[in-house]
Amino acid sequence: MSSYEARFKVWRGDVQGGGLEDFEVEVNDGEVVLDIIHRLQATQAPDLAVRWNCKAGKCGSCSAEINGRPRLLCMTRMSVFDRDETITVTPLRTFPVIRDLVTDVGFNYTKARQVPAFVPPEGVGPGEYRMMQEDVDRSQEFRKCIECFLCQDVCHVVRDHEENKQAFAGPRFLMRVAELDMHPLDAAEETGLDRKRTAQDEHGLGYCNITKCCTEVCPEGIKITDNALIPMKERAVDRKYDPLVWLGSKIRRR
Amino acid sequence: MATGTEPPATASDRPRGGVRTGTRAAIAAPHLRTDRWWLAPAATAAGLLAFVVYSTWRAFANADYYAAPYVSPFYSPCLAENCVPMKAGPNWELFGSWWGISPAIIILIFPLGFRLTCYYYRKAYYRGFWASPPACAVAEPHASYTGETRFPLILQNIHRYFFYAALLVACILTYDTVLAFRDEEYNWGHMGLGTLVFLVNIALIWLYTISCHSCRHIVGGKLKHFSRHPVRYRMWQWVGRLNARHMQLAWASLLSVALADLYVYLVASGVFDDPRFF
Amino acid sequence: MSVVDRQEWDVVVVGAGGAGLRAAIEARERGARTAVICKSLFGKAHTVMAEGGIAAAMGNVNAGDNWQVHFRDTMRGGKFLNQWRMAELHAQEAPQRVWELETWGALFDRTKDGRISQRNFGGHEYPRLAHVGDRTGLELIRTLQQKIVSLQQEDHRETGDYESRLKVFQECTVTRVLKDGEKVSGVFGYERETGRFFVLEAPAVVIATGGIGKSFKVTSNSWEYTGDGHALALLAGAPLLNMEFVQFHPTGMVWPPSVKGILVTESVRGDGGVLRNSEGKRFMFDYVPDVFKEKYAESEEEGDRWYDDPDHNRRPPELLPRDEVARAINAEVQAGRGSPHGGVFLDVSTRMPAEVIKRRLPSMYHQFKELADVDITAEAMEVGPTCHYVMGGIAVDSDSAAARGVPGLFAAGEVAGGMHGSNRLGGNSLSDLLVFGRRAGWHAAEYAGAARGERPRVDDVQVDTAAAEALRPFSTESGENGEDAEGPPENPYTLHQELQQTMNDLVGIIRREHEMRRALDKLAELRARAARAGVEGHRQFNPGWHLALDLRNMLLVSECVARAALERTESRGGHTREDHAGMDRAWRNVNLLCALADGADAPADGDAARGRIALTRETTEPIRPDLLALFDKEELVKYLAEGELYE
Repeated sequence: MSSYEARFKVWRGDVQGGGLEDFEVEVNDGEVVLDIIHRLQATQAPDLAVRWNCKAGKCGSCSAEINGRPRLLCMTRMSVFDRDETITVTPLRTFPVIRDLVTDVGFNYTKARQVPAFVPPEGVGPGEYRMMQEDVDRSQEFRKCIECFLCQDVCHVVRDHEENKQAFAGPRFLMRVAELDMHPLDAAEETGLDRKRTAQDEHGLGYCNITKCCTEVCPEGIKITDNALIPMKERAVDRKYDPLVWLGSKIRRR
Repeated sequence: MATGTEPPATASDRPRGGVRTGTRAAIAAPHLRTDRWWLAPAATAAGLLAFVVYSTWRAFANADYYAAPYVSPFYSPCLAENCVPMKAGPNWELFGSWWGISPAIIILIFPLGFRLTCYYYRKAYYRGFWASPPACAVAEPHASYTGETRFPLILQNIHRYFFYAALLVACILTYDTVLAFRDEEYNWGHMGLGTLVFLVNIALIWLYTISCHSCRHIVGGKLKHFSRHPVRYRMWQWVGRLNARHMQLAWASLLSVALADLYVYLVASGVFDDPRFF
Repeated sequence: MSVVDRQEWDVVVVGAGGAGLRAAIEARERGARTAVICKSLFGKAHTVMAEGGIAAAMGNVNAGDNWQVHFRDTMRGGKFLNQWRMAELHAQEAPQRVWELETWGALFDRTKDGRISQRNFGGHEYPRLAHVGDRTGLELIRTLQQKIVSLQQEDHRETGDYESRLKVFQECTVTRVLKDGEKVSGVFGYERETGRFFVLEAPAVVIATGGIGKSFKVTSNSWEYTGDGHALALLAGAPLLNMEFVQFHPTGMVWPPSVKGILVTESVRGDGGVLRNSEGKRFMFDYVPDVFKEKYAESEEEGDRWYDDPDHNRRPPELLPRDEVARAINAEVQAGRGSPHGGVFLDVSTRMPAEVIKRRLPSMYHQFKELADVDITAEAMEVGPTCHYVMGGIAVDSDSAAARGVPGLFAAGEVAGGMHGSNRLGGNSLSDLLVFGRRAGWHAAEYAGAARGERPRVDDVQVDTAAAEALRPFSTESGENGEDAEGPPENPYTLHQELQQTMNDLVGIIRREHEMRRALDKLAELRARAARAGVEGHRQFNPGWHLALDLRNMLLVSECVARAALERTESRGGHTREDHAGMDRAWRNVNLLCALADGADAPADGDAARGRIALTRETTEPIRPDLLALFDKEELVKYLAEGELYE
């Protein structure tokens, strides 16, 4: 057990402007960055704004950038840093800042609403759903998502290009499309909704250049790129760029 | 309202820019990473560049690609009249005498296209050469970005056709490896160091080819119900396990194919003789 | 005074966890324009922390299961103090609620024949918990969240506006329920982001704010659990029921400090984990109470054999009920045989090969690896009791979830009392949320529909008073008002820490009369100091201010817990009295109701030291005979008083 003084730089400010403020703060054994932020609140900066909730890596509220990397404050142990290192904490840099470490993540809620919901199969009542474990495995992986939006934050498509926010749903919601497209009982196709096609036409799958940062930052370890985005790209190819598949589907429909 | 659930105003003059602009937190630095984030893209770029330089030289050299019984994978199959005759080897004169330059160019398009459109290599060169992005959370230097939505990058979608072609090429290279079980006089049942090099190379080529994302999709990934296709489900799982190593296999097979070619070159140009085992 | 943004809705739901979202879905589907208010972002509610599963007698794994068996288990778990009609409805309706989630897109783990898989859990006779690995709560909240989005998409197609009939106000806090005479007329709250006040006018308000764990130092609960709903109901004139029953989970992490209290799932012990003290002794063998003597192993050898051969051996005492284990750990630590960080050792590393541990307990492996840097396959965990759940809550009507005494007020989920009696079974909380969330939404919508012709009026004076109350922490700082002459401004963070320490030490897992009296004195002192809690800065996303406002709620609720605990002179379920060990049948049919004492609802009252809670006893309604008939006579004798038995 030992404690020491750590040097922190925390971004403070709002949409009008702001900057990195220096702090020296006590750190005890076994603490995480969120503990230090809380200590700052309790002792030096009572109005330091930060979002947090479960403090156990399960709710995805305390997303921020630590030394320039998108991370959960509650899952970043202080022991991963050198004691003489200055630790920089900033808000997510892809979304409009509200105050201090809190950003407006409304972009994500807007995108969530643009993905058509699960379509229950006709004629199958509650209690009659039968699905095999191997058929739900893939979508279950995506449903581990805690919606921390770190993948949305790190994705250069919107991080570096504000103008793409309109057309691009971001990894989290392209993964949601994949989740529904792989759901064994989703009946979207029967209602004329082709999720494979809309992934590209409406949710901007083509913007993704599979550079895998979303997978790198995912605190749940979901293989977003390999298991959701690339399979969706392949499914879009089935629909749009594969004459053999196209021909096959024409013949079968006859 | 707090953290607006209302849709943003759809202004016609949409704001542009990246992390340093608009309503984002005012931070001048393009990134605040303190680790050596540039190492990975730099190493990737260096590795790819080295291969490009080497393979360009070898592909255009049009020499020292056959040292019986070994044929360089860069020149197999050899499809022009100006190929060195290889006994029982992969000579098919589909292209007539009009083809003047190195016959490697004809065939290399396929493995090259396969690798160029490969989901792993795309990541590697987008990051390493195009800095889009250079590394995670490091601002990219481009003013605009459309990803793979337009020509030419929309062509990346044809990856699966290159995969089909790559399967053929892999078959031919397998045939070449079988031929490597001969000696210089074309007698069967012999092995040299080159045979081993070829064996390792073909194994890695196959693993890389099979672990491709398109392959994973074709064998089973496209299905909605695995439970109705148990065999394809098994195959999908197996390809999936390989696919998790796609990056490592991409590099290993890139290196091995270059080494196999280098080996042939060294033997063919007489630097040393192929050590025979039996 | 203040110009406050006002909107009209039919039903306002406070809280967006499982119960709140389920209520909102139901109200909207029944035609009510519904607003949901939550303190966090939409989808971050504490429900995500639930791991084990949703208890529902679907009988997918064991066909012998049915609602009667589930009802029986629930009543036993709650030591027969449960509001029996709630337990009955809960057991009957839970399967429907789970199946309905599937039609909204939920993906539970499956059985071999493709149905929802169910797992065993403490106190449940059959495998009953529908689950998704160890993240069932997340699946529940995400499914409800996505159902809300799908309803909004429907409204968008029809009206062109996503939020025309169902809107989520995220990151907003409600500080007062407003009333028109006896009836509810709306809520007053503020946006956390801007600090702006707003009023939502509505004839029906559903409270679904969860629990009170943040009043305790060591807790598995998140910051949101400040007892807001309990306090809102109290202040609106609705009584709270049986607040003394607080469940302490025996195994929470104790180190590092940052994660102290985070849950270590019960399945660690179920799979073979053992508890040891600093001397390396499996101490639980010394703590088997007489009533359980014949059901638990007497030697380590026998206990170890039970895992493979449960028919011929008795189970190890590590698997005693939660309250027994929690008490034993507490006693060992008190006796100086604790681990370095004040817990005991929970060890699986010497009991199972590393691969088995990683396969069976993946999230525990990661939790300890990432948060404590402890490899549980190589060394023991340190664990200790942690405040987990409050069984008490707003007194409600079993069928309609309507709060007693305040027309238009409804409550569901952890904030509502009665369902779980004195102790909750694992898995029953998620099903509780769904069953009573739906009922609250349904009856709130019906009530609002009936009130449509004549909407209750929002009283401007109440709005102004609420605004003044919310702004008070800023005026303390300035020091220009005469009212803060009594002392210096107080730091809300310090007050909160002292409150947590007090509740933890004096009204914690083991309770003694003199300690609870001390706690009440300390609470009175804190209440006086909280009136001077001051904050710096401005109203925009100011956590110090938010905490200063939450203190009111935590102090109110803490007083309820302490007073009720002092009053109940027996030990039952989540309430353990050292000076009154043992369950007393005479208390079986007694409910303790907390209400606001007369005149206590005056903000900035001069006499802050005076208690604000009045306690009354009430005899419960006799259990319906056909439900009693589900139990053996011999079993009922243990719980029910003579008089009750003969009726």
